[in-house]
Amino acid sequence: MTNVDAILQAGLAAIEAAADLIELEQVKARYLGKSGELTELLKQLGKLPPEERKAAGATINVAKQAFETAHNARRDLINAQKLEAQLAAESLDVTLPGRGLSTGGLHPVALTLERIATLFRSMGFQVADGPEIETDFHNFQALNIPENHPARAMADTFYVEGGDVLRTHTSPIQVRYMLNNEPPIKIVAPGRVYRVDSDATHSPMFHQMEGLWVEEGVSFADLKAVVTDFLRRFFERDDLQVRFRPSFFPFTEPSAEIDVLGERGWLEVGGCGMVHPNVLRNVNIDPEKYSGFAFGIGLDRFAMLRYGVNDLRLFFENDLNFLKQFN
Amino acid sequence: MQFSEQWLRSWVNPSLSSEELSNLLTMAGLEVEETTAAAPAFTGVVIGEVKECVKHENADRLRVTKVDVGTGELVQIVCGAPNVAVGVRVPCALPGAVLPGDFKIKPTKMRGVESGGMLCSGKELGVPEDVDGLMLLPADAPVGQNIRDYLGLDDQLFTLKITPNRADCLSIKGIAREVAALTGAALQPQAITAVAPQIDDVVPVAIAAPQACGRYIGRVIRNVNAAAPTPDWMKRRLERSGLRSISAIVDVTNYVLLEQGQPMHAFDLAKLDGGITVRMAKAGEQLLCLNEKTVTLSDEHLVIADDAKVLAIAGIMGGEESGVTTASTDIMLESAFFAPAAIAGKARAWGFGSDSSFRFERGVDFQLQSEAMERATELVLSICGGEAGPLNEKVAELPARGGVKLRTARVARLLGISLTAEQIATILARLGLSFDTLEDGFLVHAPSFRYDIEIEEDLIEEVARVHGYDAIPYAAPAARLRMLALPEERRPREDIRHFLAGRDYQEVVSYAFVEEAWERDFAGNTDPVRLINPIASQMSVMRSSLIGGLVNVLQGNLNRKQPRVRVFEVARVFGKNAAGVADESTQPEKVAGLAWGPRVAEQWGAKAERIDFYDVKADVEALLLPAQASFAKAAHPAFHPGRCAEISLNGKVIGVMGELHPKWAQQYGLPTPPVLFELDLAAVEQRAAIKAQPVSKLQPVRRDLALVVDEQVTVAAMLDAFSSKATSLVKEVALFDVYRGKGVEEGKKSLAFRVVLQDEARTLTDEDVEPVIQALLDGVAAAHAAQLRL
Repeated sequence: MTNVDAILQAGLAAIEAAADLIELEQVKARYLGKSGELTELLKQLGKLPPEERKAAGATINVAKQAFETAHNARRDLINAQKLEAQLAAESLDVTLPGRGLSTGGLHPVALTLERIATLFRSMGFQVADGPEIETDFHNFQALNIPENHPARAMADTFYVEGGDVLRTHTSPIQVRYMLNNEPPIKIVAPGRVYRVDSDATHSPMFHQMEGLWVEEGVSFADLKAVVTDFLRRFFERDDLQVRFRPSFFPFTEPSAEIDVLGERGWLEVGGCGMVHPNVLRNVNIDPEKYSGFAFGIGLDRFAMLRYGVNDLRLFFENDLNFLKQFN
Repeated sequence: MQFSEQWLRSWVNPSLSSEELSNLLTMAGLEVEETTAAAPAFTGVVIGEVKECVKHENADRLRVTKVDVGTGELVQIVCGAPNVAVGVRVPCALPGAVLPGDFKIKPTKMRGVESGGMLCSGKELGVPEDVDGLMLLPADAPVGQNIRDYLGLDDQLFTLKITPNRADCLSIKGIAREVAALTGAALQPQAITAVAPQIDDVVPVAIAAPQACGRYIGRVIRNVNAAAPTPDWMKRRLERSGLRSISAIVDVTNYVLLEQGQPMHAFDLAKLDGGITVRMAKAGEQLLCLNEKTVTLSDEHLVIADDAKVLAIAGIMGGEESGVTTASTDIMLESAFFAPAAIAGKARAWGFGSDSSFRFERGVDFQLQSEAMERATELVLSICGGEAGPLNEKVAELPARGGVKLRTARVARLLGISLTAEQIATILARLGLSFDTLEDGFLVHAPSFRYDIEIEEDLIEEVARVHGYDAIPYAAPAARLRMLALPEERRPREDIRHFLAGRDYQEVVSYAFVEEAWERDFAGNTDPVRLINPIASQMSVMRSSLIGGLVNVLQGNLNRKQPRVRVFEVARVFGKNAAGVADESTQPEKVAGLAWGPRVAEQWGAKAERIDFYDVKADVEALLLPAQASFAKAAHPAFHPGRCAEISLNGKVIGVMGELHPKWAQQYGLPTPPVLFELDLAAVEQRAAIKAQPVSKLQPVRRDLALVVDEQVTVAAMLDAFSSKATSLVKEVALFDVYRGKGVEEGKKSLAFRVVLQDEARTLTDEDVEPVIQALLDGVAAAHAAQLRL
């Protein structure tokens, strides 16, 4: 039976030499196929004497198993090598940029407004709005600014044909809201406002936000707390110094300017005060029962301070190179 | 209001530094906008008298002087100024002096001659004058005195921003009064002595507008030397208050205005015809004012007139012809009280104002007139000489000062701090507000100089101001908590913005006032809301559409060489109602977008294809989800007539989209037209409530139908025809391909639809499906002659 061993050794050598699966299968057929060399040996077992048949059969089966084991190992190796080669060929430059649409972004003043509105919503303030072409009543008279009042000179007004005005502040929104709602009232009212003024620090159209809280027992101390809290949260500085400085607005009494301490000294960031009783009466709210505070800030100015923008006009030039910085 | 700190300190001198004083004023509501030094820093300059003056032997333009600087020894100084002469008293910088600009003075030799200092010009000391050469000081200037002391140069100029309610602080007297109240420092008012009349002359005065003119005092002064020079001290105070010296008498009236807060006027007596009448103007009367402007008056204007003509616009400005000049010899001074309502707004309507109108329209102390007249008379007589007549005072209706009630409890309620009645009483007393004590508070009487104390809150502000806003604590407010209503069916505006930003649109903000042509071209609007006072003609009408602004943003960015522009804006637009005016209902908000350039930004893995209608349509459809918008071909002035759609939700038109009309692209210099959309924001904000449906777990069946139809047949029409025949088994009919070309007749197109069928109860068989498909095919065949493509 030395023949068996010789055939096996030749078969194993052929397996090792097979370069791919096709060759490997051809080798398998040559040894284990219908007329393969090992198959032929099994067929010839019948011709052996019975006493030799068992031992010879065992020898051939051992050889056959060895062949199959080697064949399987070789097949797995070839498959593994093939997969490896495929994976190597399929590898990407993962540093190539992603494909398709990019993203746009929000205007910095809108971003600022969104942050501020979120802060005030967390304290229970609703967001309100109103028309931008306003009546003299809503923009001035209801706010305790009668005709010819010197305070009218504080806001250079755009007039439209027919005598209405472009709102000079967001305060008419509070008038409309109070006319249509009962206390308690807690709103912030952002929007575009207009004044006849145009230079490096003034735009004829800009953004303001008004805040208003009218309820029984609302006090100046509450005003200081809410505004201070807001400024510290907005600028994300717990130690921000905030100062309330007496001032005058026709629609609040007492009134104050709001200053924050910056690197170069005090900086005015808004105005505020207790809602003037005449304003409350003009919107049918009893000033003996209710009190309230109002404050106004410039959203553009807050955006400038927050994002380090030094020229207001950039907000209205709509240069994509500028705007994309905020995406 | 600008003034000299030294002047103020002559009235009240609290022990505060300039900076502390500035802070005190600011925190009391009199905002100090600016403080500037009257002169730059310098040292070592004294008053010297030139005793000898000879020509320099080696230089034509130089003189060698000997100067007395009060040390007993004359100092030799070489000087090149043209006006140096024996006897003049001038500033003299001695060795060791440091002049502005860090210019150090040392003994030196000039062309071989020793020079022990420098004689100075105003410019060299940082206080420029009109004089060419040395600063010439008066003959009585004390030799040897430090020039800074002599000229009062260690002074600060304060500029205050006085709010309209505090007219009482528009004078040295008023600010001094306030400082005294705030600090407790003693007020040392300017002593005023009444001038006894030396002559009897009076100009008769009649007040014909008693509500507008509450008091009028006239005083004649004869034989004045109107050309007399204004004293240096007065000039200095005027200049440091921002006023130029004009002539002695005008300077006196301005000085009294600054010191006392009383606007005054001086008439040339020779120019008056008869008596003075204070009356409303007659319509059409005209006056050439001192500022050389001629104004036309109406019966709303209060004037000072004589028997023949209008002399002045009361409280606003005098007339050019009747005013005092340096040639006047006899004058009449006016000190009057005009009611704020009679003055307010008038000057502004003409586009000018004056120091006088500024004060009168805010409120002048109505008890101040005779005091101010005495002060002015005293000054005129001392500067210009002359003899004064008696005060001729007429009084009409003066403002009423009723008591204002102040409740102690209300102070606590409004401010959020408890002040005792005693604390409040102390504050009122310091402010010079007299009061009666009531059971629950005070009845306060506002003085004649305060116009801002009409109601309780005004007094509460005064209390808060003097107590200090800083002293009001801030504790987090306690309130009843209420959750905000945030209806799910109303999409927050932020979501809309973020959605568009997420789809590669950049938010922009454009002006609401636009060029009239944009309205015509992009909105077909020939009757926009017009501004009466636009800042520029290209910003003269209110936009009714955001399209023009977006096109403008595109233009601007193309000029900056942007290869691709995708922008959006959320803003209000403006229209007119049936009555032709804008009201609340004609100012809806819109959301609009523009896309131009390649579909995606230039990149390695995508072809550079131009964006088209359908790209933007997908953005609009996605924006409106879950609502299914319908698009119908439409005509719009902004858009290409074949590439424009009206967008509807539930049968209501909510917007428009399209490719910009090529003629506008050409006219506005755009290389290719952009695609734009504009939607009603209110419609986009609405979001239908979600109602979940059961989902079938059974296999769906799909059938694809390729149908040949005429070009004119729209996809929407086909879908309508399908849906009219669809049974409940049909879950979806959707277009997935459009084909023209080989195999399809010219003038026709092949539309491929996917039909998905599914049942909730059982798996569908061909027998279930075939009749449904056949019905769909019959439907589109009947409606649009659609034939299955074989």
